[in-house]
Amino acid sequence: MKEATIFGEDQATGNDKVYNTLNLGPTHPSTHGIFQNVLKLDGEIIVDAEPTIGYIHRAFEKIAEKRPYYQVTPLTDRMNYCSAPINNIGWHMTVEKLLQVEMPKKVDYMRVIIMELARIADHLVCNTVLGVDSGALTGFTYMFQERERIYDMYEEVCGARLTTNIGRIGGFERDFNKDFRKKLETFLKEFPARFEEFDRLLTRNRIFMDRVIGVGKISAERALEYSFAGPNLRAAGVDYDVRVMTPYSSYQDFDFVIPVGTDGDTFDRYMVRQNEIRESLKIIKAAYEGMPEGNHYADCPEFYLPKKQEVYTTIEALIWHFKIIMGEVDLPKGEVYHSVEGANGELGFYLISDGGRQPYRLHFRRPCFIYYQAYPELIRGQMLSDAIMTMSSMNVIAGELDA
Amino acid sequence: MDFLYLIDKSVIVVVIFLISLLIAMYSTYAERKVAAFMQDRVGPNRAGPFGILQPLADGGKFFFKEEIIPSAANKFLFILGPGLAMFTSLMTSVVIPWGGTLNIAGRDIPLQVADLNIGVLYVFGVVSLGVYGIMIGGWASNNKYGLLGAIRASSQMISYELGMGLSLISLVMVSGTLSLGEIVEQQQGFNWYVFKQPLAFFIFMVCAFAECNRTPFDLPECEAELVGGYHTEYSSMKLGFYMFAEYVNMFVSSAFMASLFFGGYQFPFIDSLGLSQNVTVLLGTLIFFLKIFAFIFFFMWVRWTLPRFRYDQLMRLGWQVMLPLALLNIFLTGGVLLWIDN
Repeated sequence: MKEATIFGEDQATGNDKVYNTLNLGPTHPSTHGIFQNVLKLDGEIIVDAEPTIGYIHRAFEKIAEKRPYYQVTPLTDRMNYCSAPINNIGWHMTVEKLLQVEMPKKVDYMRVIIMELARIADHLVCNTVLGVDSGALTGFTYMFQERERIYDMYEEVCGARLTTNIGRIGGFERDFNKDFRKKLETFLKEFPARFEEFDRLLTRNRIFMDRVIGVGKISAERALEYSFAGPNLRAAGVDYDVRVMTPYSSYQDFDFVIPVGTDGDTFDRYMVRQNEIRESLKIIKAAYEGMPEGNHYADCPEFYLPKKQEVYTTIEALIWHFKIIMGEVDLPKGEVYHSVEGANGELGFYLISDGGRQPYRLHFRRPCFIYYQAYPELIRGQMLSDAIMTMSSMNVIAGELDA
Repeated sequence: MDFLYLIDKSVIVVVIFLISLLIAMYSTYAERKVAAFMQDRVGPNRAGPFGILQPLADGGKFFFKEEIIPSAANKFLFILGPGLAMFTSLMTSVVIPWGGTLNIAGRDIPLQVADLNIGVLYVFGVVSLGVYGIMIGGWASNNKYGLLGAIRASSQMISYELGMGLSLISLVMVSGTLSLGEIVEQQQGFNWYVFKQPLAFFIFMVCAFAECNRTPFDLPECEAELVGGYHTEYSSMKLGFYMFAEYVNMFVSSAFMASLFFGGYQFPFIDSLGLSQNVTVLLGTLIFFLKIFAFIFFFMWVRWTLPRFRYDQLMRLGWQVMLPLALLNIFLTGGVLLWIDN
C-alpha cells in the first residue's frame, strides 16, 4: 500500500508508519446517498478521516431567488427527502410569518399531524437502516411496511409520496378526506404493536447493543459547539427541542416528553429516536382527537388560491387565480427567520424579501450539513464498522447535506 | 480391492457430489424463501411454480455474465481463489457417513466414501485449506475492500478453528475414536453425544457459523462496510463459485453437526420397526438428511434475525470465550471420565 498522499506525513508523532487510504464512497452501499470519506486506516482503526461533500450540490437557495414563493416548496422537498412534509410546512410557515397571517387552529392541528407522521417515517428509516448496517435486515422490512402506510396517507392529502409538496402557503389545499381518516385510525391502532415488535427484535439484542454503545460519542459541549440540534443533540443530553422552546403551529397545546440521552453515542441517538416515535404517536392521537372545527385554510385571499367553483364563475376569483399561479403577487418587505424541529434537527429558513415576487435572499439551515462537520471527530480512533454505524445513526441525508 | 469395489465407490462419490451441489443450489432458493417468510415477503416466484427453477435461472445467468478480471489483479491467483474455495468445500464430505451398510446381491456397501480412522482430523485439515480460497481471492483482486475482507476472513477462521478443534477433543475423549463412522455407530438409539457433550456442541455450532462466514460472523463479506468483502471484484461464475462454496460449507457443517452430535443416520427405535436391513438403512439416510435440513434452516433463521459482530468483538469472543470454554470442557470431561473409571 502506498502512503496516503492527501494527509502527508504524520507530523504529530513523527513516525514513518505507512497507513492505508480507503475511499469510503462516493458510491458505497452504506453511504446512503452520495458523499465521500477518505479514511486513513491503521489496519481497521481509523486514524483520520476527511469527508468530502458537494457531489449533489443543487443550489437550492439560488434557484429559489428566481422563483415565486409557492414554487420554492418543491425545492424544500428535495432537502431531507425522508421527511419532506416538515420541510414544506416549515417553508409555508416562514412565508406566513413574513405575511403575518394568522392560521386557524384547525390548520395548525392538521400540520402537526402531518409533521409528526413525517417525523415517525424519518426516524423509522434512520433506526431500521442502522439495523441494516449492522446486518439485521428483518426489522427494516417490517418497519418499511409501516412507512408505506404513512406514505399512503400523504397520498390522500397531497397526491404524492416521497417529494410531497404538501399543503399551501395559507393552509392546505383540501381538508383531510374520509380515506385519510380511516387510514390514520388504522395506523394509530396497529402501528404501536408492530413498532414494539421491531423494538424487541433489535433494541435489547446483545450483539446490537455491543455494536452501538459507546460508538461515535460526542459530548454535550462539543455538540453545542458544532451547533448540533435535534435527536443528535438530545442524545448528548441537551433537552433542546424547537417544538417546546419556541412553539410553532400550536405545539404548546400538546403534552409530550422530550427524550434525552446521556452519552451522545450511537445507542443514545437510536434510543432518542425510538422514544420520539412513541411521543409523536401521542401527539398525533391528541391532535386528531382534539381537532377543532373550522377552515383548512387561512384568510389570506392574495396568496391562497380561490375555490375552483368561484374561479369558473366569477371574474375576481379568476384574476386572483391567475395572479397567484403566475407568481405576480408581491410580498411585503422584511426579514424573517423561522425554524421548525425537523426530523433531523432544527431546520431553519432565513428569508429576506425586498418586496418583490420572489425572495431576495434565502438560506436554509440544514441540520445534516452541521452534523457532517463533526463526523471525522466522532469516528477518529474507532473501527471501520463503527464509522458506518455512526454515519447511519446521525442520519446524514445527502440531499440535505450539500449547501 | 476388486473392480466392483471401485464401481461402488465411484457411484457413491458421484452421487454425493451431485447431492451436495443440488442441496447447495436449493439452499440458495431456501434461503430466499426463508428470508421472505421471515420478512413478510413473497420471495422468488417467477421461474417455474413457486419459483422452484430460480436456482437454475441464477446459474444460467452466472454463466452468461461478463467475466471481469481487474487489470491490476494477479490473474492466476484471481482465478485460483474461487476454484480452491469450491474444491475444499466439496472435499470435506468424503468422510461423512451418509447411512448404514446396504446389502445388495450379497455384498456389503457402506454409504460412506472413506471411513478414515482419522476422519475428524481430515475434516480439520481440509477446512483449514478452505480459508486459502478466500484469502487468495481477496488478495489477488488488488482491491482494498477485498484485502480487508480477506484479512478478516483469515483471522476469523484461524481463531475459530481453535475453538472448534478443542471442542471436539472432549468429544473424542468420550468416544475414543477419530473415525466418523464409529462415532455415529456409538450413538445408537438416543445415545446422542449432544446430551453427553452439550457444551462441546454449543462451541462447535458457534464455530461452524464462523467457519461458514454466516451471520453473525459474516464480517468478511459484510455489505455495509466492505461492499462485497473478498468477492468485491468478482463477477460471473467465479462469484457464483464463492457463493456456492458458502452454501456447500453450510451443508457440510450441518452434516457434521448432525453426525457428531445428533446421531447421524441413527434414530430411536430404528431396530424395533422390524424392517429389512436395506430399508432401515435408506430410512436412516432420509432421517440424516432431515437433520441436516433442520440445521440449514437454523443457519438461515439466525442469519435473518441477528446483527453481526464487530471485528474486535468477534476476536474477543473467539479467543476469550470460546477457547477457554472449550478448554474447560476438556478438563470437565477428563475429570468425569476419571471419576467413572474409579
